[in-house]
Parts: sequence; structure tokens; C-alpha cells
Amino acid sequence: MTKDDGEMVEEQKKKPCRFWIWALSSVLFRLILISFSGNLNLSSRPEVSTPLTSIRRLAEGYWLKQASMSPYAGSMYHGSPLLLSLLGPLTVQRVKGQPSHLFCSLVFVIADILSAMLLRGIGKKLQMAYGLNARLLGLVKSPRDKGILPCGDIAALVYLWNPFTIVCCVGLSTSPIENLAVILALNGAVTRRVPLAAFGLVMATHLSLYPAILTIPVIFLLGYGLDAPPLKLFLQTRNVESENRSTSSASKQAKSKPTAHLPFLWKTVVHFVFWVLVWSLCVVVLCSLSLSKHGGLEEMFRRTYGFILSIEDLSPNIGVFWYFFAEVFDFFRNFFLIVFHVNILFMLLPLAIRLKHRPCFLAFIFLAISSLLKSYPSVGDSALYLSLWALFVNELADMKFSFFLFCGYLGVSLLSPVMHNLWIWRGTGNANFYFGNAIGYACFQIVFVVESVSAMLNHDRALKRCNSNHQKVEN
Amino acid sequence: MAGLVLTRPIPLLILQSFLLAVAFGSNEVEEEFSEALLLKPLPDRKVLAHFHFENRAPPSNSHGRHHHLFPKAISQLVQKFRVKEMELSFTQGRWNHEHWGGSDPLSSMNAKPVGVELWAVFDVPHSQVDASWKNLTHALSGLFCASINYLESSASYAAPTWGFGRNSDKLRYGSLPREAVCTENLTPWLKLLPCRDKDGISALMNRPSVYRGFYHSQRLYLSMVDSGEEGVGSGMLLEQTLTVVLQPDDVSVEKHLQPSWSLSSLFGRNVVGKCVLAKSSNVYLQMEGLAHPEAHTLWKNAEFELSIKPDRTLRESSSVLFIYSIDKSSDSEPFDLGLTWKLPSKWSCQQAPLHASRFLMGSGNERGAIAILLKATESQDKLSGRDLTNGRCTIKANIFQIFPWYVKVYYHTLQIFVDQQQNTSSEVLKKINVSPSTDKMSSGMMEMMLELPCEVKSAAISIEYDKGFLHIDEYPPDANQGFDIPSALISFPDHHASLDFKEELSTLPLLSKFKDKSLVRSYTEVLLVPLTTPDFSMPYNVITITCTVFALYFGSLLNALRRRIGEEERFLKSKGKKTGGLKQLLSRFTAKIRGRPVESPSSDSPATRSSILSTKLLFKIILVAVAAAAWQFFSTDM
Repeated sequence: MTKDDGEMVEEQKKKPCRFWIWALSSVLFRLILISFSGNLNLSSRPEVSTPLTSIRRLAEGYWLKQASMSPYAGSMYHGSPLLLSLLGPLTVQRVKGQPSHLFCSLVFVIADILSAMLLRGIGKKLQMAYGLNARLLGLVKSPRDKGILPCGDIAALVYLWNPFTIVCCVGLSTSPIENLAVILALNGAVTRRVPLAAFGLVMATHLSLYPAILTIPVIFLLGYGLDAPPLKLFLQTRNVESENRSTSSASKQAKSKPTAHLPFLWKTVVHFVFWVLVWSLCVVVLCSLSLSKHGGLEEMFRRTYGFILSIEDLSPNIGVFWYFFAEVFDFFRNFFLIVFHVNILFMLLPLAIRLKHRPCFLAFIFLAISSLLKSYPSVGDSALYLSLWALFVNELADMKFSFFLFCGYLGVSLLSPVMHNLWIWRGTGNANFYFGNAIGYACFQIVFVVESVSAMLNHDRALKRCNSNHQKVEN
Repeated sequence: MAGLVLTRPIPLLILQSFLLAVAFGSNEVEEEFSEALLLKPLPDRKVLAHFHFENRAPPSNSHGRHHHLFPKAISQLVQKFRVKEMELSFTQGRWNHEHWGGSDPLSSMNAKPVGVELWAVFDVPHSQVDASWKNLTHALSGLFCASINYLESSASYAAPTWGFGRNSDKLRYGSLPREAVCTENLTPWLKLLPCRDKDGISALMNRPSVYRGFYHSQRLYLSMVDSGEEGVGSGMLLEQTLTVVLQPDDVSVEKHLQPSWSLSSLFGRNVVGKCVLAKSSNVYLQMEGLAHPEAHTLWKNAEFELSIKPDRTLRESSSVLFIYSIDKSSDSEPFDLGLTWKLPSKWSCQQAPLHASRFLMGSGNERGAIAILLKATESQDKLSGRDLTNGRCTIKANIFQIFPWYVKVYYHTLQIFVDQQQNTSSEVLKKINVSPSTDKMSSGMMEMMLELPCEVKSAAISIEYDKGFLHIDEYPPDANQGFDIPSALISFPDHHASLDFKEELSTLPLLSKFKDKSLVRSYTEVLLVPLTTPDFSMPYNVITITCTVFALYFGSLLNALRRRIGEEERFLKSKGKKTGGLKQLLSRFTAKIRGRPVESPSSDSPATRSSILSTKLLFKIILVAVAAAAWQFFSTDM
């Protein structure tokens, strides 16, 4: 163990240097863009700011609150009251000669950096687990195998340099903070800090509702441990060296007790549930305190979760629901609302059954699905799942259509402003132009999700085949 | 007023009044009706004609049962919906504040926003105000053949607290800028008059000439007059006015001379006698800004000449009023007042302290800003209305504005510029009350009180908004025309418009109305906001395409997840006996479609597959045949 670590540290010494240069340059790039944010006018792009994440709406909510009205009066603000207390005062702070909302921008930059660091932490753990499992299965002989990519660094850089993330950060949408909460939950679960995981999950759910489905992968992470090949493989593996490992509890358990059942750490999960309850209570109490004068919690739930679920705002975004519900007959509205929301829930169980040995990957798929079927999606959601996808570069190396998907994402993100301009500003196009773009984006996301899942399953299949043939597989 | 008995021409009415007098005693106060027409030459070679009909029903226990003159439809309205005060106006054209006056009672009461404006104060508990309003709009809609019922929806009316000038929490205000006003609205309005348009002054309302005008505003004002006595109830006052601005046919050659006109040239008709039911029936001619103040008593002077000698002449500080009674006119001798100009004459009207206009900023269909611009006018009245608070001379202006919900206003972007300098709000903005709009539920309302220094040249208020996106059913038939933002109301609480002629004749209805101090107010333009439209022909396409995409998602993801089962089965089966099954076939088929190599292709020979296929085909055909036979059987049986 000491030998391995020493080698890893030595190996990392060269790379971190490059990593830090890139990370710092991304921060610098953001700061430069922030100083031009007045000209970029990104904060009013429908791709960046949705009714839920727009800073202008947040500022309006803060103004209403200062005017001793409920921040939810009218239909402007639909976010969390805690975020309002945090960011609201910053929206009115002005520095002369500096772009407005400078402090908010800085908060978002810090949120991005934190998210990237937490992602790097997740990636390091995953990378170690991957190497460990590969050795356990006898696929990789030496831990210094160059085939294992440093997925943590890659994911962090993908997050920092993703144009979607940069645009969200500079465009003053609150999605960096929502993403931070999600990554916090995952990081807490991966590093087995139960209170942190619970806090992240509760905050993420409070901010944008959809991360609630991450409860399943987080429980799996805490119960079963990190991503590993299916248990059967370990059972099949005869010649496992008896080494003392502490990182991957699942593999440890599996090794010591060669039973057919994967052990589930009920104690940790109960601990987690307890912390979730504690944090939810905190959030509810804080919210009710901040809203005690007007409306209270009932109004908050109606205006935040109710707004998300009933898709009241039909302003265009990169999703498809705005146009669908602008066109659909009122009679069928409720039916389709139920169908679309249930579509997310329907896939949870099959995915959870099939990928329970890879909880981190499950979390990534859940986030991608929720970004696809969200009421008000923005590119910030895509930024999150794309960087999580980079955590699995080792496993998903032979993913199909990756170039096609890359071109698709690029094309959509270039065409979307063009179509929007044609429709809204020039009036030479109509709504179908932009909607067609959104449909294309949805299709690419679907292909992305399906191909990721199949690639992961194929990877497991390949491991199994290699294992049974006692061959070495290069990833 | 009391004890006045009109001679009634119809015996039935006499009988009725006699019976009523017997039933309720002799202290019964009669209902009164009076008609008046005010004519006023305007500086920009136009003529303003203001018809004023006043109908009073005294407080009585019996009101609602019998009315001699008061329209029954209105009294029923009052009883049913407990209306305390109400004003309804139908307007076409825009009041030109610069030339037609801004601070005299005539303009502050009759310059109305385009379309329909309705406000009402109710005498019901708070919880029932909205319900009463809704019922009232429907009743008025039927009464006046207008789409006032659109004001029923909570997204189209507001409850102003102080910005409207009337501090009542039971007040509701709504306006329909799009409403077209035409004879179909005038006819029911005339039906409320005792003589309709058959006799008296209203006979002048020749439709083509009335609607040819530059401005046309037909107004109905109703208020309860408290008697102060217990158990008597309250009387009703119904004021119907029609204000038209007409362009006289100019026959004179000289360009500088104001056009000469007469009643018959303006309206194409003459007054041939008063409405016999009217208590008073007068025609007034108001001349403003006469060059020779000492010549005010002369109705024939060097400057102009009137065709008929006035019965009386009254003067005010800046204007002269000639009064005519039309009692003496008859068929043989019609009353045809005419004005002939002899010398070129120029004068200006009293203007409001600030001239308000409103415009939109920005382009595109996503967002924009509304700006209200207040410009100082050459007003003599400014000094008289000034308010010296803390030694500073200030002008107070109240702005009342309704925003429809699809104009999503960001109140935190409110900016105030005084003389092109951005001002911190607290300096100028004394008071603000905002009720934000809720999507599809309620309209937004903004009331603000500005206190501007007297020497201000211009003040501008700008506020940003996002344009809403509507469901296809919410667009009107002509969706691309755009949507209207109702006029903003600018009122000056320290300025009051009144004309006091300091005569006992001020008891005449129109003159007493002028004597009352009324708030100086002006309405801004209606704004047209174009909203982007979805494709109205697309609902089916959108539904099918979206559902296809989600079916693709669901199907392909589920397929990707369950692929292993088939694979394993195939693996097992290829080891063991090769029994073809539906599942195996399907999995192989999907594998083939997806272009994936089948794990154990060698184990399958084409012969076995074809045999499986054929048995399956046979099974399918049999199934279809059975279904068809069953269908045939049942359909013939029915």
C-alpha cells in the first residue's frame, strides 16, 4: 500500500502541475469574461437562464422582499428563499466602473472552482477503485499501468473548461450553485462523509427538486461502496492476492466473504437517512423563518416545486416542454404533465437494478435523464452531467458515436442562438425553428444516455469475458 | 330643487305622479333632468362640443319601483350590485392636451383613454367586491353592446389604492384599449335619456357628423347622493356626457382666420326646441383667451360675431361664457348658433403642469422597457399649484399604471431620470405601491408618487419587462397585431381644475360641475406590444414529434438495459439444446438490427431460423385469421 501510494504521488507530481495551470487559466478566463459581461449579455439567453435560475428574477424577488412583500408575489421568483438571502444582498451591491452583479459573478466562480475540486476528489477515489478492481481481477498487473487515466483531473478540467459551465458562470445563472450542491452530495457519498452527502442532497433537492432522485445512487454508494465490476466476477476470480485494502469496502467484503449476496451497510444508510432528516428539518425551519411574514412554507412549495411540476412558464428554453405545453390542448395538459414527469420515475428502477454495482455511474445517468426531462433545462445541467461523464473515461473509452455526439452538441449549441435570433429578434423564422433545435438537442441527449449505458454494460461484459478467458484487456 | 313640479304633457304621467304624491306624501322630491351643450372653439381650428345630460333621482323609499325620468336599467344596476360610484367611458381618438387644454375641468373630466374605461366603487363587504365587479361588467356589457365582460377576468382589472385619486379599497378599475366604439354603443346610451335623440339638444347627434370627429368620448357617470336622513336611502345622480371635437368645414379663403361655423354646419341638424321633460335646457359658448378683455360683454365685436344674442354673458379670469336658453326655439324658428370670425385670432389653452407621454424601448420579442416621459409645459398654472414643502417648490405627480400579466415587469429596474440625470429613487420618488402580476391570474399594478422640483424640464421613468409567451388558445384571432398596455394615468394631486363664474347661475348643472374642484389628470397613449407567436397550425405535429422523441428515449434505454438477458439466454441455449423460443428470436433480431455481432452466431444455422420463422409466421396468420373471423362474427351479429 505504501509502495503504491508512493508511486502514485510520484506519478502525480508531474501532472498536477499541468492540472493547476489549466485550472487557474480557466478561472482567469472566467474573470476576463466577467469584466466584459455587459457586452456579452449572456444572462438573458434562454439557454443559460431559465425562470428558475435567472439572476434578474432573483434580484426582483429580493426587491419585493425588501419592499416588505413576499418574494414570490407575482410570478417572477421561483427559487429558494435561502438562495435569496444569500445572493439577494449581492445583487444590489454595485462597484463603480465595474459590471453590475460583480459579486454574484465572483460567488459563481468560487462555486465552479469548488465543484471542480470536489469532482477531482470523486475522480481520485474512482480511479483508485478502478485500479484496485482491475488488479483484483488480474487484468492489470502493475499499479503503474499507464492505461488508467486520471479521471479526476480530466473531469475537473472538463467541468472548468466546458463552454456550458463558463457560459452559466458568466451568464449569472444560479445553476453553478445547484451543481455544487449535487457534486457535494456525490463527493460526500464517495468519501463516506455521511453528513456531507446528506447536506448536499438536501440542498440540491431544495434548490431544484430533481436531484431528489439521486437518493438511490447515494444510498447505493454508502451501502455498497464505490463503482466496481459486478460481484460475480469477483466470485469467479480464483487467484486473488490477499492484500489488505481499505478503499473499496465492497471489494473487501466480497473478498473476505465469498457469498452470493453483496453486503449492504445498513448502518451507514440509516445514519444517512438520519442526517437527511436533520438537514431537511434545518432547511424547512430556515425557510419558514425567512418567509414567516408572508405566505410561509405553503406558498414556497407552491411557487417553487409547484412551478417546476406544473410548467406554467412557457418561455422558450432548450427543452421541449415549453412549446409542447404552449401548443397542447388544455384538456390533455394534465395527462401529459403526468406522463412526462413519470417518464423520469419509470426509468429509475430498471437503471437502479441494472447498474447497482456502479452507483456513481447511476448518479450520472440519473442526472442526464433529469436534464433531458426537466421542465426548465439549461446548459448548466448539461455541464454537470458532461463533467460527471468524464469521470468514467476509463470505462467508457469504447463508447460509440462519441464523435457524432460531440458534433451534435457543438451544432446544437451554435444553432440555438441563431434560431433564437431568427425567431425572436429578426422575426424571419418562427417558433418551429427553435423548437426543432430543441428536439435535436433532446435526441442527442437521448443517444448520449443510451450509448453511455450500453458502453458501460459492454465494458462489464468485456471484463467478464476477459476474466473468464484469463486475458488482459486494455481499456 | 325641492317642490318643483314640472308640467307633464302626458296625462298618464300626471296621473301617476298624482298617485305617487298621494302614496308618499307631499314631501316627495321630483326627479330632475337637465340638458346642456357647451361649444368651445379650439386654438387648432377645431370646435369642441360637449353634451351634458344630468339625471337626478332623489332619495326615496320607493326608488327602484317607479321612476319618471331616471332610467330603470341604471337604478336596477345600482340596487343589484350596490354601486356607490361608477364611471364608464367609450372613447375613440386621442385628446390633444397641447391644443385642447389640460387643466380645465372639461379636459380633466372628459379626456379619457382610448377604448372602454370602467371604474366602480361598491358598497359591499370586501369579500364581495370582486364578485360585484364581475356581475357589473356583465350587466354593462349587455346594456351597452360592448365587450365590457372581458373586464371580468381577474387578469384585466386592478384595485388601485391611492394612485387613482380616490382612496377607496372597494374601487375596481379596468380598461379595454382595443374596444372599438361606434353607434351600437351610442344608441343604448341615448336610450337612457328621457327624450332619446328625438327632441332637445340630443337631436343634434347626427351619427355621421359625430363619428367624423377627431375625438369622441361618451361617458356615463353614476353616483349615490347621500341624503343624510336615516331610512331614506340615497339618491342617484346620473351624468351622461358626450364630448366630440369636430373640424368645421372651412369655406373662408383666408388661411389665418379661424374657421367660422354654425350648429347646422357642424352637425347637419338644428335644435328645434327643448326636451320637454328637461328642467333646464341650455347652450353655452365658451371663448378662451380673448384679446380684448374689456370686450367680453360684446357678442358682436371686431374679432368675431355670434349669430344670436346671448341671454347672459359670464366671465371668468381667462374665458367668457355666453349662455343661451333654447326654450324659445321651435320648428319654424330653429336655434342655429353660429360663430363668424373676422380677424385672425390666436390663443392658448390652460395646460397641465407636466405633459405626459409614454413609449416603448427596445426591439425584438423577448424583452423591452416602458418609459413615461413628463415634460414641463408653458403653464401659467404651475405657480398657483405649487407646493412649498421645506422651502422648496415642488410639483407632485401620481402615476397609476396597469400592466397586463404578459408584460412581466421587473420592478427592481425602475429608474428615474430628472433632467436627463439619473436620480436616486428616494429623492424624487416619495411613495410607491406595487402589486406584481401573476401569470394568467392577475394583472400588475404600479402606483407611484413623484415630487419634482418646479423648475424641472423633463422627468423620465423607465422600467424593464420581459414579454410573456402565451398558450395558443390565449392569443386573440389577430395575434400578430400585438397586445395593448392600457394607458397610464398621471394625476397632479396639488392641482385642481375648476371654473368659477362667481354668479348665482352656477347652480346650473354644467356650471356647478365646472365649479367643483376636480383633479388635473391626463392619460397617456395606449402602447402596442407585439408578442411572439407560436405556430398556430402545429399542435398535432408538436404533440406527435415530442411523444416520438420520448418513446425513442424510453424504448432505446430500456432495450439497452435488458439486452443482457437475451445474451445470457442465448449463451446457455447454445450450450444446451437448441430450442427456438420467441424470446431468443426477438433478442437475436434486435441484436441484428443494432448491428451487434451475435455472441454465438455459429450455433445458429439459417435453416433452423427459417423454420422457426415459418412456424411463427403461421401462428401469426392463424391469429389474425381468428381475430378477423371473430370480428366478422360479432359485427354481423350486431
